[in-house]
Amino acid sequence: MNTYEPVIGLEVHVQLGTRTKAFCGCSTEFGAKPNSHVCPVCLGLPGTLPVLNKTAFNFAIKVGLALNCRVQEYTKFDRKHYYYPDLPKNYQISQYDLPVAKGGFLEIELEGSLIRIGITRVHLEEDAGKLIHKPDASLVDLNRAGIPLLEVVSEPDIHSASEAYEYLSSLKSIIKYLDVSDCDMEKGSLRCDANISIRPKGQTQLGVKTELKNMNSFKGVKDALEFEIQRQGSVLEAGGSIIQETRLWDAQEGKTYIMRTKEEAKDYRYFPEPDLPPYIVTKEQIEESAKSIPELPQQKSLRFQQEYGLLKYDAGILVSDKQDGSYAEECLKNYPGANKKLIVNWLIGPLLSVANTRGKRIWELGVSPAGLIELTGYLDRREISNLTAKTVLTEMIETKKAPSVIIKEKNLLQISDTASLETVVADVLKENADVAQEYRGGKCSALMFLVGQAMKKSNGKANPKLMQELLKRRLADA
Amino acid sequence: MELYTLTAHELLEKIHKKEISPADVVRSLQDRIREVDPKVKAYVRADKLSCRDSIVCYPCKDEQNPQGFLKGLPISLKDNICTKGINTECCSRILEGFQPPYDATVVKKLKAAGGAIFSLKTNMDEFAFGSSCENSAFGPTRNPWDIERVPGGSSGGSAAAVAAGTAVWALGSDTGGSIRQPASFCAVVGLKPTYGRVSRNGLIAFASSLDQIGPFTKDVTDSALLMKAIAGHDPSDSTSLDAPVPDYTAALTGDIKGLKIGVPKEYFSQGLDAEVKVIIDAAVDKLRGLGAVLAEVSLPHTEYAVPVYYIVATAEASSNLARFDGVQYGLRSSQGGNLIDMYKRTRGEGFGQEAKRRILLGTFVLSHGYYDAYYLRAQKVRTLIKNDFDQVFKQFDCLVTPVSPTPAFKLGEKIEDPLKMYLSDICTISANLAGVPAISLPCGFTKAGLPVGLQIMARPFGEETIFRVAHTYEQNTDWHKRKPKL
Repeated sequence: MNTYEPVIGLEVHVQLGTRTKAFCGCSTEFGAKPNSHVCPVCLGLPGTLPVLNKTAFNFAIKVGLALNCRVQEYTKFDRKHYYYPDLPKNYQISQYDLPVAKGGFLEIELEGSLIRIGITRVHLEEDAGKLIHKPDASLVDLNRAGIPLLEVVSEPDIHSASEAYEYLSSLKSIIKYLDVSDCDMEKGSLRCDANISIRPKGQTQLGVKTELKNMNSFKGVKDALEFEIQRQGSVLEAGGSIIQETRLWDAQEGKTYIMRTKEEAKDYRYFPEPDLPPYIVTKEQIEESAKSIPELPQQKSLRFQQEYGLLKYDAGILVSDKQDGSYAEECLKNYPGANKKLIVNWLIGPLLSVANTRGKRIWELGVSPAGLIELTGYLDRREISNLTAKTVLTEMIETKKAPSVIIKEKNLLQISDTASLETVVADVLKENADVAQEYRGGKCSALMFLVGQAMKKSNGKANPKLMQELLKRRLADA
Repeated sequence: MELYTLTAHELLEKIHKKEISPADVVRSLQDRIREVDPKVKAYVRADKLSCRDSIVCYPCKDEQNPQGFLKGLPISLKDNICTKGINTECCSRILEGFQPPYDATVVKKLKAAGGAIFSLKTNMDEFAFGSSCENSAFGPTRNPWDIERVPGGSSGGSAAAVAAGTAVWALGSDTGGSIRQPASFCAVVGLKPTYGRVSRNGLIAFASSLDQIGPFTKDVTDSALLMKAIAGHDPSDSTSLDAPVPDYTAALTGDIKGLKIGVPKEYFSQGLDAEVKVIIDAAVDKLRGLGAVLAEVSLPHTEYAVPVYYIVATAEASSNLARFDGVQYGLRSSQGGNLIDMYKRTRGEGFGQEAKRRILLGTFVLSHGYYDAYYLRAQKVRTLIKNDFDQVFKQFDCLVTPVSPTPAFKLGEKIEDPLKMYLSDICTISANLAGVPAISLPCGFTKAGLPVGLQIMARPFGEETIFRVAHTYEQNTDWHKRKPKL
């Protein structure tokens, strides 16, 4: 199996988060009553004409620039024809030979190495409606019809399912940084199709490809590609040949199924949309757009590494979400200690794990950067234990109280006063004389039991390191 | 004097002087419709409106704008111009019962100018596919000058209605001559404005890059008036041009002295009827006599206009007509079957012969592997045709030509021979391909009493020049005063 190299290209559709549709003034709100966000234009009624949504067009330019593409000075729309009840005009307004932007790239990091994936093109088109199938009829909901979609097509530069996954994550991250889409795959605002072929390693000629559809998550894309790499490999191993076809991913079964072969492939009869004049993009417009692009995740990660001495890995995690990145920056900038490691560990440790269990982002937990700085301050000064700090964090999320208030109310300050701890140590050794004896007899692990007992006795407030030292000293004394 | 015989500007003057009311005009038209429309059949679905009151004006009284300069005068509309809540079917079975939920921009503008909309629509070739009005799902319209003959097409109903006095004035649409050719056949004034001058929003599209809505009127003054009401930029039509609308009536000076008028030789060659030629030559002489400077010019790519047109127009039509599928509105075949069956049966039953022919042609020229050889090449030649006009208009203010190589032909004469029918558009198609404005105005009658029209073309947005020349000619001739005997 390892003798083959997969060649993968991805086509990603992103619903742009404009207030209104691509060619009419209808709302793009998700989840509304069926056919409540429609008008004669997006219903495709006879006599209606499209009018381009300039915001959608500017969003497309922004994405093009962020993906290092050349934004075309002369661009136009084309009609793509196919019959389906969710497409009211039976053609889609799309872009064929003169897309908004061409020839860019996106860099991904995988196992420490930087991989550059080419972007063939970025173009703007309109979304179709939705069919709802009932036992006795099929219903059409056209709320989605006409919502602006951005299609981002990659070069076949991707060579593993993991690379594809990383590519999608980076692309999503960039688009979210640009604030042009929520990229929510569950709501269908990000969709991905994949073209994949395999070839013997070292061969330059491409193998026959299949197109994969119906993946509903990034993991689905990865799983489908892994399955398809295996499937194509087995076919070739068995002396067979790959047939050019479109296959559907079944997430339940974990398999791809044939949908149609190339012979059934459609002729879309593209031609320039006569209802929309060609669009000239001026240099000023491009410059204006470029100015509106914020610091992107890759740049931010680099800056975090340089300015705050973060490790590449840690920085990468913190910048993957735009608002998490801003949150982290707020923490790092205002953290008084010279060693930022402690707060970084808390960001990518407890905070991230709590956020993940709650299905939220770090910034959504309701813990202010100042609150987190305060909390880690207690840790830095060894006034509370790590365990206690986690309890305080939970309390902060639940009650929105400041750490100082919680620590005071619950009397959680760590006891670092040797005299009071000595009493506890004496009590523990008295109560567990047999265990103490075992330790002296050479059973090292017994010490941890004794520390545990002592911590318990101090209601978790004792400084565990100090406690351990005291116990050791006392045990050696005796 | 019966009111239905008067021009709009004459009626407006009488309304202004309070001699008559708009309701008097409507009554006169209704009487005239009942009297002659059963013969002419300029209107469709008229049989469904049997009693007198059902021929209504729209909007209702309180919606009318008494301040508007159209003063409640009714306007008749071709069956492809959308009117809110009123059947708009493009004279096709496939749009049976279709009532648009919105008004076309021209309808809104007419209402804003105080005009009233006639609820009866005028007949047309299905989806404007034709030059004779015979391709209508409702049957043909007859030429008021000879009911054995066609009124021309595709806006035959609008032309015939104005000629027969069953409309004060009317709107049609022109994709390759659909206003000018019927105007010529019926001895009325028909203008195809510059592409982008009048909004196409609400005009059910035939060929988007060629279609324009324009007026049918009894004389040039009415044409200028109606243009004043309907022209102008429309943000809902991205192909409409953002240029101010001049007061067209101010162009009616009656003076064309020194104006340079070109006579393109290509329009006088093959297939031009001898009698038509004599009449056009006389009109050219008349213009010279009125002080214009006339000279022969050449538009060398004219011979390619018909083939280029039938590629571009059918390609766009095949796309524009894809939406008629039985899913949302109009006809849906009652025969069962799966989705594909429904599409096939609906379109099979809903479209007439000519519509099917053009959809097939258009689908073919856009097909993978044929696109470059047909559509792309046609677009290149279209540019050459446009360049011809640009060149000529550097030296000439306007061009005069025949509108049609022959006068009105007989019903059934060309319907079996599509190529012959397509060639009847030979003089009108170029103006659409080049996007320039062009008018047809009456300039004579054959010995058999059939009208002949003169075409005047000008550079883009040169409607004022056209009106000036046409009006001056009209002031010095009587052709427009002749009425058919019905």
